[in-house]
Amino acid sequence: MSAVAVWVEISEGRLKKPTLEVLTAARQWADSENLPVVAIALGADFPPNLTASLGEYGADRVIRLKGPQLEPLVNSAYARALAQLMRERQFSYLLLPQTYDGRAIAPFVAVWADGALLSGITQPPQREGSTLRARRIAYSNKAIEWIATDHLPVIATLKSNSIVPAKNPRVPTEEELAYTPLPEDLRLKSVGIEKVATDKVPLTEAEIVVSAGRGLKGPENWGMIEELAKALGAATACSKPVADVGWRPHHEHVGQTGIQISPNLYIAIGISGAIQHLAGVASSKNIVVINNDPEAPFFKVADYGIVGDAFQVVPQLTEAIRKYKEQHAH
Amino acid sequence: MKILCCISHVPDTTARIQFTADGKALDRTGITFIINPYDDFALARAAELKEKNPNGVKVTVLAVGKNGAQSTDSVDANLRKALALGLDEAVRIDAEPVDAFFVAHQIAAYAKDKGFDLILFGKESIDYNGAQVPGMVAALLNLPFVSYATSIEIQDGQAHLTREITGGKERLSCALPLVLSAQKGLAEWRIPNVRGIMQAKTKPFQVVPPVSVAPRVRTLRHEPPPPKGTFKKIDPENIQELVQELANKGLI
Repeated sequence: MSAVAVWVEISEGRLKKPTLEVLTAARQWADSENLPVVAIALGADFPPNLTASLGEYGADRVIRLKGPQLEPLVNSAYARALAQLMRERQFSYLLLPQTYDGRAIAPFVAVWADGALLSGITQPPQREGSTLRARRIAYSNKAIEWIATDHLPVIATLKSNSIVPAKNPRVPTEEELAYTPLPEDLRLKSVGIEKVATDKVPLTEAEIVVSAGRGLKGPENWGMIEELAKALGAATACSKPVADVGWRPHHEHVGQTGIQISPNLYIAIGISGAIQHLAGVASSKNIVVINNDPEAPFFKVADYGIVGDAFQVVPQLTEAIRKYKEQHAH
Repeated sequence: MKILCCISHVPDTTARIQFTADGKALDRTGITFIINPYDDFALARAAELKEKNPNGVKVTVLAVGKNGAQSTDSVDANLRKALALGLDEAVRIDAEPVDAFFVAHQIAAYAKDKGFDLILFGKESIDYNGAQVPGMVAALLNLPFVSYATSIEIQDGQAHLTREITGGKERLSCALPLVLSAQKGLAEWRIPNVRGIMQAKTKPFQVVPPVSVAPRVRTLRHEPPPPKGTFKKIDPENIQELVQELANKGLI
């Protein structure tokens, strides 16, 4: 059965946004080629409503590969299972989220399923005869690249925040199989997982990100950034110089050598917009720049710009957003 | 211990990016090519391991590529720069890096019978950010793969590592050999000293012909990103306007 297969990433018992995006893209892709969407989940245990949730976002069939040794995740074990399924069932396509683990699993599957890998695509690929075309971002957001392959199967990873998750409900068929990883996939042993203690949304999944830089003058001034982020339900981020001097933790650093993000709204406060910073954030859908220097290069990629003193503008903006939200709470 | 450190050759971050008339390839004129910044973390860690045990560690630096017409586009020069960090030998596989599948096969073919204990990469290259080659090499050699590694210590043939995961980090252990892709934090970037640069000139340097592999993905064309119009200027005295704009777009 040819199909668009999807690797379903489950984190802390739920489907994360990148997986919903991948399901949505897979549905569009499958419809354009008259194929079913097969969602494949691997794990030791599954959330009770998994099949229903996957059906809501367009899965026609759900395959659960279950085994006590599938948690914590080992990239090669997951890849071997996915490649085996692809071969046995003759799936033409596999789509994965371009997350930490999705990116590690995809190249393995490409080799073991003898496929072509399209990495970091921003929309479902399009077929023209024997050629499959896809779009991705290149050279630090300075170009769009169109790539193509004539090979089958195709394994692809979808860049996060490239498409908006859309429901397309149906009642999927389901299947559960036992899976035991090969000994060679258990060479890598997890000793422990430490989550960064935060009640905030992970940066890579956040729809809104409030980010600040050297213009804030010191770590003691981040309170107003946190306040604004709280008012917006946003994640906080920072520029590289700020992380380098230790004003903010490194896991908040966005930019070329930090985390690359493309939220719906990015608010840059006191960040000049060095090219290395823009490389990590320029694909954000909407950019607000607050800077007291009207010549700051960041304004060149801004959608909205405020030339003004952050210490005055930010608290006012927080207050205005709170008011707006109170008025529109219902 | 034998370490293989693979580097790629990418345009300088600040380079102005232009393409050939058909949009298929980068216009290399006037662009300075550098070692991919993430590969620098891998090189720096390899240099640290070498320093700790100069006689017990041998580091080979490898790149797949052809030297460009200009001196600023020389893969050999970047390999020598890597050697200047105190590493032992360099290998250039003499072929254009057409796609990740092709490059991974070249590296795997070179590495497969050489008994490397550790194969290091950067987590991705800054040109296409594909992050494909390290995992493919691990798959081709059937070796464990740690991506986004932020630390590695080695003791008695056993590696203890940390990698970045969504919202945190994971500690891992693994017997060598393994493949690793470096995230920021694996080591501090290093700048070669004069002695290193002088020594690098006479270190073993091999140019190897490629193995025959058909690439699977091709570039159709590049195009400029959708243009950003001029931004809307908001008066700091009238913040309400921004809130209204964001609300109209459904962003808040």
